[in-house]
Amino acid sequence: MAGALINVPKEIKRGETFEIKTLVRHPMETGYRRGPSGEAIARDIINRFACTYDGEEIFRAELFPAVAANPFIAFSTVATQSGELAFTWTDDAGHSQTETVKITVA
Amino acid sequence: MNPACRRRPSRRDLLAAAAALPAAGCLSAVAIRPARAAVPETMEAAIREFAGEAAIRDGRVKLEIPALVENGNSVTLSVAVESPMSAADHVKTIAVFNEKNPQPNVALFHLGPRSGRARVEIRIRLATSQKLVAVARMSDGSLWQDSADVIVTLAACLED
Repeated sequence: MAGALINVPKEIKRGETFEIKTLVRHPMETGYRRGPSGEAIARDIINRFACTYDGEEIFRAELFPAVAANPFIAFSTVATQSGELAFTWTDDAGHSQTETVKITVA
Repeated sequence: MNPACRRRPSRRDLLAAAAALPAAGCLSAVAIRPARAAVPETMEAAIREFAGEAAIRDGRVKLEIPALVENGNSVTLSVAVESPMSAADHVKTIAVFNEKNPQPNVALFHLGPRSGRARVEIRIRLATSQKLVAVARMSDGSLWQDSADVIVTLAACLED
């Protein structure tokens, strides 16, 4: 897992609802495909995604193999104060990647 | 992504496939398929597992997905729910199900009053033309749903 893209608006007003777009690089191997010599390719997907706002969870998703490779997820939250958004992706092997973004609320 | 799954069948492949057609190989491939693909009953079962015994009403939820999809490997889907998203009245969970992928579950989203707006967007895979269902659970426990039919011309590569 590497290469995460996170998009939040540059200027956010207090009390305003804004959209957060996230994308992380991952093959999201379904476990239903077979390799060139017919062997089954083991499942390897990101099964959990969570976002916290100053440490408090604001959004969580459970993902299944039907989610496309390089999972893109967009959701919303209310701007309460300037602070930090933390995004965590967790895969089948239990590895996780966390990215943080500072937001400024006017 | 497996490059082979993007490969267009060559003339040689087509001829070989045509030659193999009367043989049992093709028939057995067809026979194996239902065992691997989720049948509509399993989608119903998955929805029941999520919803329990409670009744699911139509409305309040809007599931948006293109009606015609060229490439099933990445399809943008959005679910929006009519809700004030206040502490007293908000969407708790949105679940998305499909009819004919190998598994009936697509994704489960947990929201709350801090979401502000009950709308999520995600890119998914579609193995074939099928129906998708989104179910939302509100903070009062009520359940609402919407469904959409999609036609897929190039399926997500599940077989090779």
